[in-house]
Amino acid sequence: MELKLQKIIPQLITVLVVVLVFGFFTYNAQINMENRGIDFGYGFLSQESSFDVQFSLIEYDGSHSYFRAYLVGLLNTILVSVIGIIIATILGVIVGVARLSPNYLINQFAAFYVEFFRNIPLLLQIFFWYFAALRALPLPQDADAILGVFFLTIKGLYVPAFVWENLNVFLYSIIAAIIAIVVIRIHARKVQETQGKQLPVFWISVGLIFILPLLSFLVGGVSLSFEIPKLKQLATTSFKYEGGISLPPELIALTLSLALYTATFIAECVRAGIQGVGKGQKEAAASIGLNPNQVLKLVVMPQALRIIIPPTTNQYLNLTKNSSLAAAIAYPDLVLVFAGTALMQTGKAIEIVSITMLTYLSLSISISILMNWYNKKIAIKEK
Amino acid sequence: MSKINFLKPDKDNLTIFLYMGSFLFVISVIDVFLNSFFSLNITGFLPASLSFIIPIILGFIGLYFIRIEHSGNKFLDQVNKNINTNNFNAILSLLIIFIIIKSIPPVLSWFVVDASFAGDSKDVCSGTGACWTYIKVWFRRFMYGMYPNAEQWRINLSFIALALLGSVGYFATEKFKKYLTLYYVVIYPFIAFLFIFFFISGGPIFFDFSYGIIAAVISIIIGFFIPSKFKFYYFIFVPITLYIALKYFIFYEELIELGKLDGLNWVETGAWGGLSLTFIISFFCLIFCFPIGMAFALGRRSDFPLIRYISIGFIEFWRGVPLITVLFMSAVMFPMFLPADFFIDKLVRCIIAISLFEAAYVAEVIRGGLQALPRGQYEAAKSLGMGYWRMHIFVILPQALKLVIPGIANTFLALVKDTPLIFVVGLLEIVGMLNLAKTNPEWLGFAMEGYVFAAIIFWIICYAMSKYSYNLEQKYKTER
Repeated sequence: MELKLQKIIPQLITVLVVVLVFGFFTYNAQINMENRGIDFGYGFLSQESSFDVQFSLIEYDGSHSYFRAYLVGLLNTILVSVIGIIIATILGVIVGVARLSPNYLINQFAAFYVEFFRNIPLLLQIFFWYFAALRALPLPQDADAILGVFFLTIKGLYVPAFVWENLNVFLYSIIAAIIAIVVIRIHARKVQETQGKQLPVFWISVGLIFILPLLSFLVGGVSLSFEIPKLKQLATTSFKYEGGISLPPELIALTLSLALYTATFIAECVRAGIQGVGKGQKEAAASIGLNPNQVLKLVVMPQALRIIIPPTTNQYLNLTKNSSLAAAIAYPDLVLVFAGTALMQTGKAIEIVSITMLTYLSLSISISILMNWYNKKIAIKEK
Repeated sequence: MSKINFLKPDKDNLTIFLYMGSFLFVISVIDVFLNSFFSLNITGFLPASLSFIIPIILGFIGLYFIRIEHSGNKFLDQVNKNINTNNFNAILSLLIIFIIIKSIPPVLSWFVVDASFAGDSKDVCSGTGACWTYIKVWFRRFMYGMYPNAEQWRINLSFIALALLGSVGYFATEKFKKYLTLYYVVIYPFIAFLFIFFFISGGPIFFDFSYGIIAAVISIIIGFFIPSKFKFYYFIFVPITLYIALKYFIFYEELIELGKLDGLNWVETGAWGGLSLTFIISFFCLIFCFPIGMAFALGRRSDFPLIRYISIGFIEFWRGVPLITVLFMSAVMFPMFLPADFFIDKLVRCIIAISLFEAAYVAEVIRGGLQALPRGQYEAAKSLGMGYWRMHIFVILPQALKLVIPGIANTFLALVKDTPLIFVVGLLEIVGMLNLAKTNPEWLGFAMEGYVFAAIIFWIICYAMSKYSYNLEQKYKTER
């Protein structure tokens, strides 16, 4: 009896405290909103937003709803995160491997990179790229073309746009190639298990992924042309590029700093992962006659990945959350568009901040659930 | 002397290959060196594209010639082992050497040679180098924000005093060593708080906050004399009661009077800023987030399901949202949750928000340490008849915290690096001040110098912290 009470009382007290605190907050919120004449509700989402966003992936202007503005912000956040994650992963893996290089110069260079970028606040790096480095770029009319088609100017990076004809045929051919590769891989494994023969799967795969899309160009009527940005004079001193895709400097500064910063952490994860694979594993693999590539592919990487993936996922999540620093340089991400402009206009502080937080929360929880699932799948199955 | 095969350097012709290889390598380095320091192009007679890659080709051939295994020459073997193991590595090494040589002159000229240091107006900065005069003129703003110049000795004095008090641990004799934890956990933060509350601010800003702190300190000190059976209930009820009593019944007027030290002007928190604000915020958040995080780490491993779920909810919530939205919340949403006449200072709201945010990360780090301890430790402690608190304080936490020193250091580093985000609520620490100074019409165009200056400061702080944590880790490493 006494034992049960001892278990129940602390829990009851804790819950009571939590409920009291929340009740206190809600009560105050109600009174405050009554006093200020604000009503609670999410109806404003369908109202006309009447503000503009300078960069959006979907069609948007002031006549669209607040919900549409929310979507614009969310998509911009996702865009920055995805580009940042891709660059950070590539850079991080290279630097992480370089830190383990036997070459003294290379590993010192990598160590220098990691120590340098990791110890400077991300916000400072974003400001540096945006306000100091990218501001030093030439004006549109003075910009030199890089490889003849890219233009890096103070107003952003201009790249050629792809103009496709029969794009769907091209996509189908790629999908067909992927399916064919999967089938061949399964077949090759079967052959290896039953007859002990190894098919050159890698070269077949490379061939397929190039040949099928190529065929779609030759036979399927697909054609691709580029729309190269062209300088156009608006007034005597005002120039701009037309055509092509323009990437605003905010996007460039943000992705660059996010990628450079997060890559240092990913590099450390990669290094820890590769170091975590015992030396004996490599030696054992070499002693049964695997060549260095096979050792890496079949023995080291599968084990290292188990160590690398969980912390790297954390870094991806951090990058996504850090992309909210965009608000500081006016890149229209979720925080700036929704928790900034929309909040100013509607004054619905509680609703908007809660939606923003819930969005990030669900984003990170879904990624961590996915990664937990993956982690479980690749975990060592002990017998 | 045997036949020389240039495609296959061997040991027999060591000297010839050594001389030829070193010669080619040195020539390639000299070429790049002259090119970058004196803009001389000794291969200028060649076509531009060829003259660009000729150092790499020469250096590569040179390194190829001296790549002789087991040559017997110790230095050569060392070089080969470190930078010249194969063709690929040789090229990478060359590239890195060339990049370093190439980048020294511009960096040096920007930082030192062409930079301007003298004077106190913009006119001296006409060169191509950095304008450190800008930093010199704005130095006080970068360090102290809008804090009045005449009063800045208060900040200096407080920081020096706190640094001295903080270093007490180094000089403590064996006799006092056992009280150090108590000193650092309870007394030192309290003194620091008094310094900042009474001395730097010089006025009644932190009222409610100060009641809370005083209540917490008093209740912790009394808490040491409470039998462990009642400790849990004690710590839930007494601090809140004390707080309410302090606020509404006992010391209300007295504390206000106490807050006004004679002769010190009140400086509102809006005027605080610069690097000193970075330190103040980091310091307080560091103090607060640690106990909160520890509590939630223990809560997450508690046997009581309700407490466990509440802890999980708390931790996952804060870990799932970006800090910037938390600060947004503290700025625009939090005032709505408080009674209308109840005002909390902006800085205090900021500190609370950052502390709760970082506490969730600290909690996860400490949980890792708790999970890493073998079950035997818990069982041994229990079999000695220790209760929950006694077991955790004397057996579990000391070991677990030792294990997670690197993780906690990383969290604290993240905290320091996150402080610039307080620009969201309008507080300007050093990065915020930089952005303000950058838009001053008299000093346009010196953004680069400002950011480099701040980057150097932050880099030194963070690097020192990470090195210190590494030393701490080595010091407390125990054999298992």
